[in-house]
This record gives sequence, structure tokens and C-alpha cells, in this order.
Amino acid sequence: MPKLIKDSVIVDNTWTLIAKAEGDAATVAVPAGQVIIPIAVWNAQKDQLQNRTDVGVWLDSDETADLIGEEANRFAVIGVNFPLFMDGRAFSTARLLRERYGFTGELRAVGNFMRDQLCYLRRCGVNAFAFANPEANLEEAVKSLSDLQEYYQASVDQPLPLFRRRA
Amino acid sequence: MYIYDEYDHSILRQRIAQFRGQTERFLAGELPPEQFLPLRLQNGLYVQRLAPMLRINVPYGMVNATQLRKLAHIARHYDKGYCHVSTRQNIQYNWPDLTEVPDILAELAEVGMHGTQSSGNCIRNTTSDQFAGVAPDEIIDPRPYCEIIRQWSTFHPEFAFLPRKFKIAVTGSTQDRAAVQVHDIGLEVVFNDKDEVGFRVYVGGGLGRTPCIGAVIREFLPEEDLLSYLEAILRVYNLLGRRDNKYKARIKILVRALTPEVFAQKVEDEWQHLKDGNNKLTQAEIARAKGFFTAPAYETIDNAAAQAVVDAQAADSIAFGKWLQRNVREHKIPGYAAVTLSLKPTGVAPGDVTDTQLEIIANLTEKFSFGEARTTHEQNIVLADVKKTDLFALWQECKAAGFATPNIGTITDIICCPGGDFCSLANAKSIPIAEAIQRQFEDLDYVYDLGDIDLNISGCMNACGHHHVGHIGILGVDKSGKEFYQVQLGGNASNDASLGDVLGPSFGADDMPNVIQKIVDVYVANRTDEELFIDTYRRIGAAPFKEKVYAKAN
Repeated sequence: MPKLIKDSVIVDNTWTLIAKAEGDAATVAVPAGQVIIPIAVWNAQKDQLQNRTDVGVWLDSDETADLIGEEANRFAVIGVNFPLFMDGRAFSTARLLRERYGFTGELRAVGNFMRDQLCYLRRCGVNAFAFANPEANLEEAVKSLSDLQEYYQASVDQPLPLFRRRA
Repeated sequence: MYIYDEYDHSILRQRIAQFRGQTERFLAGELPPEQFLPLRLQNGLYVQRLAPMLRINVPYGMVNATQLRKLAHIARHYDKGYCHVSTRQNIQYNWPDLTEVPDILAELAEVGMHGTQSSGNCIRNTTSDQFAGVAPDEIIDPRPYCEIIRQWSTFHPEFAFLPRKFKIAVTGSTQDRAAVQVHDIGLEVVFNDKDEVGFRVYVGGGLGRTPCIGAVIREFLPEEDLLSYLEAILRVYNLLGRRDNKYKARIKILVRALTPEVFAQKVEDEWQHLKDGNNKLTQAEIARAKGFFTAPAYETIDNAAAQAVVDAQAADSIAFGKWLQRNVREHKIPGYAAVTLSLKPTGVAPGDVTDTQLEIIANLTEKFSFGEARTTHEQNIVLADVKKTDLFALWQECKAAGFATPNIGTITDIICCPGGDFCSLANAKSIPIAEAIQRQFEDLDYVYDLGDIDLNISGCMNACGHHHVGHIGILGVDKSGKEFYQVQLGGNASNDASLGDVLGPSFGADDMPNVIQKIVDVYVANRTDEELFIDTYRRIGAAPFKEKVYAKAN
């Protein structure tokens, strides 16, 4: 069973990430079991899938949080994808899902992010990390979640900026 | 100036430890070079032509004596005995050893300095007016707002992997000395008609490959909304800025693609969600920030009497008089003056300063200017609070240390990037061109007669030498492996900002002093009384300059 980091511990990854497929999103086969499907597939097959609680969705970096919007909390898992680690759109998307749309489920980074982004991702509301690279050393990576422990800014993990907390 | 408290120190210590670990993993082969790249950049470390280059932030140019001594120590022990003041008010070391960089950063952290976010696709050091707090034309001191922005932008978790670098500048004076219209965001502190403080917001200015003057997207932003509005701009940019082509990734491209009106509307829509959140500044926080920039213990001085002393000294010494004329500025407090130490003597790379000179500056600040100095984007150093009656003594010490070249604002006070001698991006050398032009204009009386001329040199189109906004701008270009120089005229970085026009085909390095001489000759032949170079150029246009410069010999 592949592993991932969730809430700072290493656990089994029980969800299968379904990649974007060529062709019509309406005809993509959605397997049984816990799956995280592209948002386009969800939108095209919502009528058939809406009673399944084992379906999550993922957003690519050019897909914005408002594509899910107020529906966010119907999903147990939402993924935000890093096609490349330098593509930082997921940081904003994650905050929007948490802060604007009130998503309370598992917010999972997927794709090619790197260990050294974990702390900032956690600050933006991401609580699960599934590296695309199967070689990633999760025991080491967990440490980077707490690289920084005091911050100036308001964010998901600390809604008060330092200037409202400074003694 | 701002003094770090335990929160600031603790945040910085965490970052130093983080980067030390990252460097160790890189050196041990555990962190791939392509992943280490953005991490080292966001800690100020470039890999350059000859060695790494480490860029240390000087927040909005403010530096104290203790920090200057630490910078001197770093130059002496970890580098080759000198460093460089950049066009963004920062300090650059050209020869550090990668393995020692974490130690350098730990030493700098002791005095509240660091290289974080001085490079990379993140929010860079906020820059400002080197005469902030002392300029007679100042409306509001911009530095407390710069500090508030510094804290907000430092390790901002959402904006560390932007499409491209992001630069913010703030001015609070009638005359803009911070070039806010050529920054990604430019802020002008203003009063509205109800006497409330706020900001005029420019966005999408910048130099580089596609030079642009910023567009005003908001005429008045109340001061308490500063951070929420900046966050809205950055979020729109982070989500919508182009990432497919690094040359089209700056916010200026997005603003122009959408039009400033549409961009402003997107920011407005985003801001409506954010404006009344926790980022709304409190009056207590604004007051706290202002508390770090209060007036030092100025003496009550009879300005007329002090001026009489200075005038008498100037009457006895022509050289002192020249220095007063060019390197000393009026101060808002009677009996005080602001002094610019020139880092542009002929034969020294513009902006370079040695370890010993840094220590001398530290001593001078303590003796004459309340222990503080400022770096300038023109690559000089300012002592902002000097008693007029101390000017003569300060001048003598500056002369001995090599800072008294009386050329501030003249054609030899050249803004110049490190160029092909150091930088791996450069297409051509820039420092030797600066020196050749300085040698062409060695007659000081002649230089003074020419008056204020901004001459800016960049070694490539990335425009670190701000050539687009020089009255005379020089751009190094590469033509089949040979270095050539394109000349632009009519740029200006101040309130009536403009971008220079390319004069015509480029020139070889050897021709440059003569080309600049011909340009200056056209100005002298055409100017009216009291008309500065930029005014003459705007009045008569490029044609007479072209005609003279490109005239066939004989």
C-alpha cells in the first residue's frame, strides 16, 4: 500500500488518484472504491456519482477553487495538483478552499511538489501530502512541516497575523 | 529605525536553521540541484560567472552602525574585502563560498540582517526614498508602512512561488525618489480630502525586457487596508499570471493583457472578501510601526547662524563648496542637512565599498548622524541627520576615506549594474563603460555646468542598471559574440516617469565616451537658461542628437 503524510503522520494512502484522460470526461470510467477524480469528470458525471461518498476531486494548477466553490464539503478529499514544484497556484487555491469555501475535509497536495514546500502548504490549509515520486522519504519530509513555527502573516493555520498577537 | 524583537529574531533563526539543513542536504546529494535552486535564491544566493553571489537585504535602505560593522566583517572574513550596493538598496557579496553561506547568514542574523527573499520568484525587499523622514518635501514618512509590508511579505506562505519576482516601492514625498512607477507595485502615501492617510496604488510598472510605467488602479486606499489590498493583488497575480514563458510572467504583462481597468476590477472583487478580515491594520499597529521612526534627539539650532558658519567655510575652500553644492541636501529640521557619500569616484566600480570604508561609515554615522545610514538605489550612502556645523569636519573625513567625490546627481554619478565582469546573465560589460565615461567628464566645473543628468548603464535587457529610466541610458548588447552598446535618451524615474527612446544603431565600447560627449554637446548647444538635459531633450526631441551622433566623419 502506498503511503502519504496526513496530519503530520505517515499513513496508508487508501485513495486512488485518477489521472486526466484524453477525450470526453463524460465517458471516463470511474472505478469503484475510494477515488480522487479530475474536477471535469465530476462535473460531467455528477448525476451518476452524487450518491457516492468515496469520490473525491482534484484541481489542476490552472483550475480555480470556484470550480468547486460551495460544494466543497460534499467531498471527503480534495486534491490540489503541482504539475511542477515551481507552479505555486495551489497555495492560493488551498487557502481559497479553506477560507472562502469553508472546506473541512482532507486537502491533499498531489503531484510534483517538494519536501521544502510542506511548511508553507500546511500554512495554506493543506493537511495531506501524496508525493508523485514513490522514492520520496516521508520520514524525513515530515520534519519539514515544522520548519517555521512563528509567523508574521495570517493564514489557515494561524488566522491572526502577528501584529494582532504581539505581546 | 526598526529594531528586531524576540518574534523577529525567532522567525529569522528558524529560517537560518531551515536553510542550513537544505544546504547540507544539497551538499550531501540528497536535494537535487533543480530543487535547491529556488531555495538558495530565496535565501539570497545566486551562482554567478565566477563564484556564488550573496545578496543581503537592507530593508528600504536603513542600516545602522552595528550592521555596517558586521557587513565589513563579512566582507573581510568571507569575501575579498569589499561588497557592492545594488540598485535595489541591497548589499551584494561577489565571492562567498557556498559551504560558508549558512555561517554568514547566522552572523548577519545576529544583527537582524538576512538574504531571504532578496532573489527568486517571491516578494523582494521593499524599497523607498533615501531621504525618508528628513526631506523637506515629505508629506508622510513612508518607512513605517515599508516595515509593515516587510513583515507581511517575509515568509508569506502563499506567495513564495509566484510566476516571477515581485518588487514593491513606497514614497511619501512630493518628489518621487523611489521610482514607484517602475515597480510591480508602487505606493504613494497621500492624504485624501478628509485628511485621512492612504495610498495611491500603481501596479504593473517595471523595467527589464518589456519596460512599462505602472498604471494607477486605486487613487486612495485607506492605510488600514494596506495588507488586505496587497494580498488581493498578489493573489490575482499568483493565480492568473503567465507561467508558460518567464519573459511574459511579470505582473506588468498580466495588467496589460487584461487592461488596467479589468485587472483593477479583479483585485477589487478579491479584496471585497479580504478587506474586513484579520489583515486589516489596527491603529495600534500603525502607531507601533511609527514608533520606530520617530525623530532622533535633534538639537535646537539657529539655522541662520549655522548656515553662516558653513558659508564662511565654503568661502575659504572651493572644494568644500563644490561638495556642499552637489552632495548635501536640505533637511526639514533647522540647522541639519542630509549628506550623500559618493560611491562613484572614477576608477571604482559604481556602488563598490571596501570593508575598511564600511567601518569608517559606521564611525561617521556615530559621530555625525545618530548611528544610522541609508543605502540609495543610485548606489550611494546617505547620512541623513548631520548638523550643518559638522559638515566641514565630515567632509574632511569623507575626503580621506574616498567618499567626497562631489558628483551626486551629475553625469558621473552613474547607476551601473555589475555587468559582464560578474553577472552570468549579462551580454556585455558595464563597469568599464562607466569608468570610460567618468574619465571623459573629469573637469568638474564642466560637469557642474551640465547640471543634473541621470546616466544609467545595464549590461543586459534585465535592466538592473535601470537604463530605461536614465536621461541617458546605455544597454549592453551582444552581436555575434561581440559587445555593443545601445543608447537611449529621455528616460526618467521620477514623478513624470518616462521610458527612454532608442537613439539608433549601437556602438562599440571604444566609441562610447565620444558618443556621450556628442550627446552632451547637442544639449549644451540647444539648452535655454536653467534647462536641464531631460527638459531640452523633451523640447527638441531625438532628431538633433541623432544627426550629430550618426553624422559621417568629415
